[in-house]
Amino acid sequence: MEDRYELRFSGSGGQGMILAGIIMAEAASVYDTKTATQSQSYGPESRGGASKAEVIISDSPIDYPKATAIDCMLALTQEACTKYHADIKKGGILIVDSDEVKEIPRGDFKVYGFPIIETARKELGKTIVANILSLGLIAELTGIVTKDAMEKAVLSRVPKAFEDLNKRALQIGFDRAKELRAKSGNA
Amino acid sequence: MAEKRSKKLVQGNEACSEGALYAGCRFYAGYPITPSTEVAEILSARLPNVGGKFIQMEDEIASISAVIGASLAGLKSLTATSGPGFSLKQEGIGYACMAEVPCVIVNVMRGGPSTGYPTGPSQSDVMQAKWGTHGDHPVIAVTPAYVQEIFSETVRAFNLAERYRTPVLILYDEIVGHMREPVTFPLPGELEVIDRVKPTCPLEEYLPYDTEYEIAPLAAFGEGYRFHVTGLNHRADGFPTNDSKLIEKGIKRLTGKIENHREDIWKNEEYLLDDADIVVFAFGSTARSARYSVRKARENGLKAGLLRPLTLWPFPEKAVRDAVVRAKAVIVPEMNLGQIVHEVERCACGVKVEGIFRVDGEPINPRQILDVIEKYR
Repeated sequence: MEDRYELRFSGSGGQGMILAGIIMAEAASVYDTKTATQSQSYGPESRGGASKAEVIISDSPIDYPKATAIDCMLALTQEACTKYHADIKKGGILIVDSDEVKEIPRGDFKVYGFPIIETARKELGKTIVANILSLGLIAELTGIVTKDAMEKAVLSRVPKAFEDLNKRALQIGFDRAKELRAKSGNA
Repeated sequence: MAEKRSKKLVQGNEACSEGALYAGCRFYAGYPITPSTEVAEILSARLPNVGGKFIQMEDEIASISAVIGASLAGLKSLTATSGPGFSLKQEGIGYACMAEVPCVIVNVMRGGPSTGYPTGPSQSDVMQAKWGTHGDHPVIAVTPAYVQEIFSETVRAFNLAERYRTPVLILYDEIVGHMREPVTFPLPGELEVIDRVKPTCPLEEYLPYDTEYEIAPLAAFGEGYRFHVTGLNHRADGFPTNDSKLIEKGIKRLTGKIENHREDIWKNEEYLLDDADIVVFAFGSTARSARYSVRKARENGLKAGLLRPLTLWPFPEKAVRDAVVRAKAVIVPEMNLGQIVHEVERCACGVKVEGIFRVDGEPINPRQILDVIEKYR
């Protein structure tokens, strides 16, 4: 068993996928006791276009910092999902925004669909926290970081005035992930 | 002694900035360029808080010139750039070599030539680092591969610059420059910090290139010592000379002060090399792929090992010679069309050397290296 857990956050530039990656890596390596790397690829544009961040989490030092076989991937847009899903490993997890990603790729992995952006808009009034909500989903569904570490990492990266908003976004992620798991009949 | 080391998730470029401050850097001049810009960005905020100066210059030539000037005024000085800017700085780097002015130049390598591929990684400036400026000159270049190591290698770069009165290059690529890893910041005093030797002689007796020394003490302008600095071949007092004996002696001392101390300057990581018959020689982020491949190859029953130079220049000739003793092949992956592979070949004592090259802006992945290792089963 490889001592390496690989995550990929993908969406469109400006959706906060890189920040989500940074927070995940920080939760694992600063607030939990693991080590982590976060890397990204991006084009010259700062908005739009498919964007991705990758996080590797391990109990031992990490050599290769890029994804090789992905354990968990998040896709907030169809373009990103289509472009980046190929590296998901057998038995891995794909989490998609179900309003955005209509063509679910086929593969030997588990797919969780959830209206991430719409929920952020409806329940929190801000689509900008869709990435934080996603982190809640991922933390709960994968268990790769503790929820306590995740919350600390989120709070360390957001302005004081928005702490409550982000806490709520994260909590919605935790809660809905439990429902998703129950629905899919997976303990 | 309740002071605790802080641990933070930081970007490679941030680790470089923090390493520079730890080493005592108090001057930065530069012109921003992807993928090195964060070094400037962070130091523009941090330097004024520690009594340092930050100047965004009009271009790269002015930047390296300002760095040389600041260093001659006594401050440890840094500039950071990428490919196109590194080309522009070559003139000043040669001047700093010749005038023996300590300074540190970071080149976060991206695809070239020319403006090339700004957001993609590359290792195609490694021969430029050696020969980019004209004439026989000393070169020290360090090649960190991890974010923590960018911090410590930046400190070491400043130490080498100060000890040997010479410019030192830090070469890493977009991948390590932009990636984030947890860094444990050492407390003051934990890492060695070297300051330049200053003259103690009477003002009128000072010779900035005194041949009594291998490396003469360097006065700071403004402290009372008057001296001349030039890019021309010069006498001990710094004034130009046409004396062929002095010229030859000067150039030989200039290159010799690095060559004679290679053992002090060299630094390598040896991973599973002891019994290795397939040696991978890799530096920078490519070495991380290589390390992964070597680990996998061992799991598959192959005796693979990694030699990773942290000092690329002067080239680690001895380490390569030692590593190839039992080897049937040496594999050299690099993100260019084949540069360091020729240096390895030169030192491989006839052992087969095979390069793996990539210039599409994507990292050399472990699979590519593993496939080549497997060929030598």
